[in-house]
Amino acid sequence: MEQAMSDIRIILETKQLDTCSSGWLEAIEGVSRADVLREIDAVPGKYHIERLIALLSPAADHFLEQMAQVGRQLTIRRFGRTIQLYVPLYVSNYCINSCRYCGYSSSAGGDCTRLTIEEALAEADIIAGEGFRHILIVSGEDPGFVTVDYLAELAAGLRKRFSSISVEIYPLDREQYRRLFEAGIDGVTLYQETYDRSVYARCHPSGPKSDYDRRLETHDLAGSAGMRRMGIGVLLGLGDWRLETLALAEHADYLMKKYWRSQVSFSFPRLRPARGMQAEFGHLVGDRDMVKMMLALRLCFADAGIVLSTRESASLRDNLIRLCVTQISAGSKTSPGGYGGHIQSTRQFEIDDERTAAEVAAMIDAAGFQPVWKDWDKAFSVLP
Amino acid sequence: MDKLVIAGRRFESRLFIGTGKYSSNAVMAEAIAASGTEMVTVALRRVDIDNENDDLLAAIDRRKYLLLPNTSGARDAAEAVRLARLARAASGIEWIKLEVTPDPYYLLPDGTETLKAAEELVKDGFIVLPYINADPILAKRLQDIGTATVMPLASPIGSNQGLKTRAAIEIIIAQATVPVVVDAGLGLPSHAAEAMEMGADAVLVNTAIATAKDPVMMAGAFAKAVEGGREAFRAGFAGQKAQASASSPLTGFLRND
Repeated sequence: MEQAMSDIRIILETKQLDTCSSGWLEAIEGVSRADVLREIDAVPGKYHIERLIALLSPAADHFLEQMAQVGRQLTIRRFGRTIQLYVPLYVSNYCINSCRYCGYSSSAGGDCTRLTIEEALAEADIIAGEGFRHILIVSGEDPGFVTVDYLAELAAGLRKRFSSISVEIYPLDREQYRRLFEAGIDGVTLYQETYDRSVYARCHPSGPKSDYDRRLETHDLAGSAGMRRMGIGVLLGLGDWRLETLALAEHADYLMKKYWRSQVSFSFPRLRPARGMQAEFGHLVGDRDMVKMMLALRLCFADAGIVLSTRESASLRDNLIRLCVTQISAGSKTSPGGYGGHIQSTRQFEIDDERTAAEVAAMIDAAGFQPVWKDWDKAFSVLP
Repeated sequence: MDKLVIAGRRFESRLFIGTGKYSSNAVMAEAIAASGTEMVTVALRRVDIDNENDDLLAAIDRRKYLLLPNTSGARDAAEAVRLARLARAASGIEWIKLEVTPDPYYLLPDGTETLKAAEELVKDGFIVLPYINADPILAKRLQDIGTATVMPLASPIGSNQGLKTRAAIEIIIAQATVPVVVDAGLGLPSHAAEAMEMGADAVLVNTAIATAKDPVMMAGAFAKAVEGGREAFRAGFAGQKAQASASSPLTGFLRND
């Protein structure tokens, strides 16, 4: 029996998933159609890496429709005919990192803005007026301004209008996550961006984000601090998407078993145009491959959330909610002050689905699903 | 008359309905009506219990249906108790479906925390309906502290697998001094009928109805199955025989004694 792995770093290293391994690529290429069919028909929602390899293979291209049918059934049974809505609130686009793909890069020379608590709450009021109850606080790596005290104070204000508050910010330590949890924040979204160490090093040349291991251990710290929700993902386009999916799945499996009281969700950010992108990226992912990745993960992880943002087009989103998606954002503004419209500032990425929240809700309804605005309650946690 | 009584309240229908996973509140309301139920459960996480204009709550006619709030999502006793108290303070409802489900994947209930929470809530005057794994000892302990029912799962929530825990539920039914409501995992009307034939007092169904292509028709089907299963139980099942009866029985010699 394989020895229990207690550290995701060791798991990825031992399985050669933190590098561009030709062994895994050969395994993926070598899958037969019979292999794929067997995995589609197998007990749904159970993960083992061989299953995922089969579902990501070129042979699986012939069975995408079947994967979609099974994925849809699994998702409906587990999550219902519902789609949960959330919204991002950008509070700062200052960033001390220099990620080569991001509009917030410190070398990109954009307009930077930091919202005061009052300004952020004013933005939140606009968002709440659209019907949202689940909010995601987002910032660049700006530890000088977006401190734990800032976030705790913001959360105290947000709790009046929102049932659930998550953060997508720079990595914190366990004690800091614990303080955020006690302030009413119970979800952490953080993408490894790429699990390939050499690609990671090339894309993150400076700043705290250049530390691969520090980033990788973040969800362990968040989970051990009690965070209920963990959002993970890779930035599609940086490394080979199939290898990234294998590593992502191993990370998910590890987190689900170790932090079994916390819900893991997958996101699928794809490289989109952003101000000052410094390098060319040779692994851009088309729609078909992204859908294959989503379905493969759904067939392996029946109970994981699958999240889609407004980076993606309206027509793609309209189709994907019929497949396996469980949460989407709507009406998003990716620059601080974007909801109020008075502040001109650099966007993190270009939005492709510009529809309002009401329009997206109507689309969900027309597709035969219920848009769910509230699926948590602040009563679950106690503020001091 | 064969009426179900829970905490002094009589129920005509032995089918209870969950309100999650529906494609719309309108469909949910129709399905509830088609089921003939008299009690529906609502996750406190999904609603603003203090807001009578809450979309989901407004779709449930409280003159016809007893609203049973549930604490699904609570990780431990403290959370469940807090939720229950806040819900009662906001709504005046004293009934609570106690669900302590720390694991967001299988949504299985934590027995230890459920027992702790039940003790506190019963002392606090709540009418407690605890959702549990099919654990006969836990069921007895909950009855000893005064819960109004026990609600053992047939199989994990949403799995539609039917009575995987059949053997344990049989024991729970045999030993029960309160109504036994089989809850979770009933995927087909035949599963519900089977639970009733075994002697369960009621069943609770959510996923199988909400996610069916025609939830309204499925709700009606479950209603018929629950009635049929209950009647079969009352009619007295003759029992299956593994072998045919012998034409020359062994004790025939005693007939003329």
